Amino acid sequence: MSNTVDNSKRRFLTTAASVVVGGAGAAAVAVPFVSSMLPSAKAQAAGAPVEVDISKLEVGQLMTIEWRGKPVWVYRRSPEVLENLASQDDVLRDPESDVIGQQPDYCKNEGRSIREDLMVLVGICTHLGCSPTYRPELAPEDLGSNWKGGFFCPCHGSKFDLAGRVFKGVPAPINLVVPPYYFQGDSRIIIGEDAQGAA
Amino acid sequence: MFASLMGWVDARFPATKMWEDHLSKYYAPKNFNFWYFFGSLAMLVLVLQIVTGIFLTMNYKPDAALAFASVEYIMRDVEWGWLIRYLHSTGASAFFIVIYLHMFRGLIYGSYKQPRELVWLFGMFLYMALMAEAFLGYLLPWGQMSFWGAQVIISLFGALPFIGEELALWIRGDFVVADATLNRFFAFHVIAVPLVILGLVVAHIIALHEVGSNNPDGVEIKKNKDANGIPIDGIPFHPYYSVKDIVGVVVFLFIFALILFYAPEFDGWFLEKDNFVPADPLKTPEHIVPLWYFTPFYAILRAVPDKLMGVMAMGGAQGLLFLLPWLDRSPVKSWRYRGPYFRVALTLFIISFLALGYLGTQPATTLYTNLARVFSIIYFAFFILMPFYTSIDKDKPVPERVTMK
Repeated sequence: MSNTVDNSKRRFLTTAASVVVGGAGAAAVAVPFVSSMLPSAKAQAAGAPVEVDISKLEVGQLMTIEWRGKPVWVYRRSPEVLENLASQDDVLRDPESDVIGQQPDYCKNEGRSIREDLMVLVGICTHLGCSPTYRPELAPEDLGSNWKGGFFCPCHGSKFDLAGRVFKGVPAPINLVVPPYYFQGDSRIIIGEDAQGAA
Repeated sequence: MFASLMGWVDARFPATKMWEDHLSKYYAPKNFNFWYFFGSLAMLVLVLQIVTGIFLTMNYKPDAALAFASVEYIMRDVEWGWLIRYLHSTGASAFFIVIYLHMFRGLIYGSYKQPRELVWLFGMFLYMALMAEAFLGYLLPWGQMSFWGAQVIISLFGALPFIGEELALWIRGDFVVADATLNRFFAFHVIAVPLVILGLVVAHIIALHEVGSNNPDGVEIKKNKDANGIPIDGIPFHPYYSVKDIVGVVVFLFIFALILFYAPEFDGWFLEKDNFVPADPLKTPEHIVPLWYFTPFYAILRAVPDKLMGVMAMGGAQGLLFLLPWLDRSPVKSWRYRGPYFRVALTLFIISFLALGYLGTQPATTLYTNLARVFSIIYFAFFILMPFYTSIDKDKPVPERVTMK
């Protein structure tokens, strides 16, 4: 009897079957534990749009609003700033905002905004999530003589222009995110929702 | 009486055998020098961190709304709370100083080489676990540096292709670093990672005691044994090295106490100044740097002008250390008998590591970024070119027995 049985093969099949069944069981048990670390229902619910009054926002002024726990900048650009935006294309990585998902379709333009003078950006660097510093001055010592105002990330030195477009040769790979937003009259912005109402 | 009690225990648990295997009859080379203090000092600091950590958890609150104030409460209102907290925070930096010196010893005397590859690998995993532990613990005070440091490090995972963003979200448990993040980091910091560290310490020591300790000459003492099978150049760890290590402990505690009582923040190096400001998700501090023990890798990350490549370079800088036993092709272990190529390479490597450590603490100006690139290249060249320069090196003859210089 034992002569006709391939014991090593039988041993292998027993081991393999045990590993497969045991592994499947272990994987199934891991699911609830791994899933418990995902954002909870409470964290997912906390994302309501915020309303911003921009009537007192002056030219050149930047205000920071909290939306979904992140800083959102609202900034009123001057005509000179708008002029400079057009002249920098060759030092920018994605001047035409071609990367999908970094801005809503209605903001895929030079200023990455609905209204030319009003910029709305999520103030989180696309490199590693620091909040860049607003550096409006022209040609400061630390940023070089070609600096025409923009955002500088203090963590790893990434640079963005005043439309949130990333410079070449810095660690951040893509432009800053433009959140969905729309105007309610002339002096109010709703951040976190498209005009149609779908966030 | 005692003998019969031990006899009763030994019949049921190998107490005497373990004592002998690891202490009274563990034969270590007789020529250990200054560099051999740091293994036992690392154990001392580990115990210090565990004990102070347990007492800190009695008053700390892992809640984004309460955490910052609870640390200040420990500092001001808890009896001796300031001492326990400073012991823990100073202990963290002391741990890395000791570990870096311990690793440097391994580099100069070739302690990673055959047959101690697993000792080195367990040690490297310990180093990784220690870095994770330090990073997780640094979020707990919930200051500005805690918050933004965690934001940056978690975002590193976001750089991975395809799964990156989901992975970062899973680690945070929220769309930004938030209460959920703090709460889980607390769980990892006080229980999960310490358990891993303790297990790895046991593995590190068992592997070491299986093959025996290296020494400044890099000579295998087990090749020369007397009639009883005891290495001629070996002496029992206890009492010889247990007593020697106590001297190291006294000197260490002397320096440690000086820092603890007179400069516990060490001018922002052990406790960063910005971390005395509560976490603000809307504003990154002007000058954000990790604590000093991460800065060499941070400088490498910053030196690469590409997100994914930067993260990979940083990971690679640590990953290459794991491969050291197989990159080094020289049969000679100790610096004393190594040829000029390795000596120059190791010297350049140490200079680069220190320089990167300094650059990582400085703002990312153009000059500093370029310097960091140069030193990063040297750092990587040390490993990548190692198979070549170690195989053609002009090593000196290694003596048969250990020397006592």
